Amino acid sequence: MKEIRIHGRGGQGSVTAAELLAVAAFKDGHYSQAFPSFGVERRGAPVAAFTRIGDMPIRLRSQIYEPDYIIVQDPTLIEVVDVTGGVKPDGKILINSDFQAETFKLDTPAEVITIDATRIALDIIGLPIMNTVMLGAFAGATGEIKIRSIQEAVSERFPGKVGEKNSKAANEAYKRLEAKR
Amino acid sequence: MTDNSMEKMSVVEGSYATAHAVKVCRPNVISAYPITPQTHIVEDLSQFIADGEIDNCEFITIESEFSALSALVGASAAGARTYSSTSSQGLELMHEVVFNVSGMRLPTVMTVVNRAVSAPISIWNDHQDSISQRDTGWIQLYAENSQEISDLTPLAYKVAEDKDVMLPAMVCMDGFILSHVFEPVILLEQDLTDEYLPPYRPEHFLDTKNPKTFGSFADPSVYTEFRYMQQMGMDIALKKIEEAAKEFTRIFGRDHGGLIDTYRADDADILLMAMGSVVGTIKDVIDEARSDGIKVGLLKIRSFRPFPVEIVRKTLADASVIVVLDKNISIGLNEGALCTEVKSCLYNTDINTPVIGFMLGHGGRDIPKGTIHNIINKGRHVAKSSIKVENEFVDLRGDLI
Repeated sequence: MKEIRIHGRGGQGSVTAAELLAVAAFKDGHYSQAFPSFGVERRGAPVAAFTRIGDMPIRLRSQIYEPDYIIVQDPTLIEVVDVTGGVKPDGKILINSDFQAETFKLDTPAEVITIDATRIALDIIGLPIMNTVMLGAFAGATGEIKIRSIQEAVSERFPGKVGEKNSKAANEAYKRLEAKR
Repeated sequence: MTDNSMEKMSVVEGSYATAHAVKVCRPNVISAYPITPQTHIVEDLSQFIADGEIDNCEFITIESEFSALSALVGASAAGARTYSSTSSQGLELMHEVVFNVSGMRLPTVMTVVNRAVSAPISIWNDHQDSISQRDTGWIQLYAENSQEISDLTPLAYKVAEDKDVMLPAMVCMDGFILSHVFEPVILLEQDLTDEYLPPYRPEHFLDTKNPKTFGSFADPSVYTEFRYMQQMGMDIALKKIEEAAKEFTRIFGRDHGGLIDTYRADDADILLMAMGSVVGTIKDVIDEARSDGIKVGLLKIRSFRPFPVEIVRKTLADASVIVVLDKNISIGLNEGALCTEVKSCLYNTDINTPVIGFMLGHGGRDIPKGTIHNIINKGRHVAKSSIKVENEFVDLRGDLI
């Protein structure tokens, strides 16, 4: 089973991203589970959302303490929240930033990867909403999910033009990180 | 689950699976007041009605939970299949009406999205809200996952509306943990649900041509018999729940157990007991402990009311220790409600197995696997020696006390 924790701020679509990841994983033939951090969520406040992906029905209902992968939608959270907490040593931490990964000097054995998802979102979607871009980046950086499944999940959730743009932006992030993997 | 079950599944929110299950049960009147974490169920049902997806159904928007359930008293007495859903303070506000529904023998079904009660205010999960309605004469069923909450909904109607039962039913699901989870579910098929659940045709209902009274005055010469007959309805419900579960498996092909379910319990020395979503985590921990050679199993309670005394006795008979997990507490007894029931049903029998209770998960306190492993270890100590602490709170923070 793979466990993913998504850090974001209220309004950045972290819970939606966790849900779309679960939908995409299921499209790939896996069982999946997504849930929010159950907080009193407000726009701008730090939030977390979780996804589990496995090859058996997922029964575990606890929160995720030792994630395989971490997605950080907003790099300013790094100063506020222990975003690396519990990550597996062979795990990956994916940060939305235009800085190099080394810049963050994260004290973790996990691999740190950055992608300028906000830029991609602005260029393709026209808005600084990067949750679907980060999902494409996740597919590219980890190989856990097919990008096609991410795109289908995105298009089903956001029909029409919005879905098309988000799907395209996800694919752009996928291509950039898939090439480096 | 059958082999092709994944093809029939879709990844949806637990609340949506619940609302969908309600929809295919073809309710006639829905009335509910939104409260976290039940809100999404009510929103989804409102959407279904607005989209014309539920025929012959009225959603009564109303100003409080008290009024929501009161509206359903009238609707149900008039012969409608009725539905509501609530949580926590909403259920507490309903309390007076909760008794009326069962006393008038109205088979309303209500999803309780379990949430802690105030004060202090908490929006997170535990079972104190539905447990506080234990003695109101409602059937209470507890679900482990989204599929089970979905599947229990038509079962609840089938049993509640049985002419020999005629009691309302609460179907309980853990707030956020199940209401807000996205996971693969087979959404109930309309044709199969129609085959399983016939239309509601009450023997007695309000009719101007044939006037009757519901909830009338009962003086001391008759009141006792009303209570006695409610208990009779519950006794019959024991059998009807088992039958309805078998019928469900026959039609839908899924088996969640009947009044109870068990997991690796046959040869278990240490037998855990619990209700609701924590059962899933317990199953994972049992697999881990079993691989370490610890003979541990689970008795899951699906029906808390009626409480399946006989089958619980039988299932517990061969264990060395019984370990009960409760997401609630009877303050003043220092014990959870399930633990009390288990001890009660073992007394006056030949079974003299030690029973210990653990109260956990209050107000949404997370229950990691390690917590369950620790509880199992405590059970092992009792099995080897004797009970030192009969009931205890789990994962207490000493720094706050």
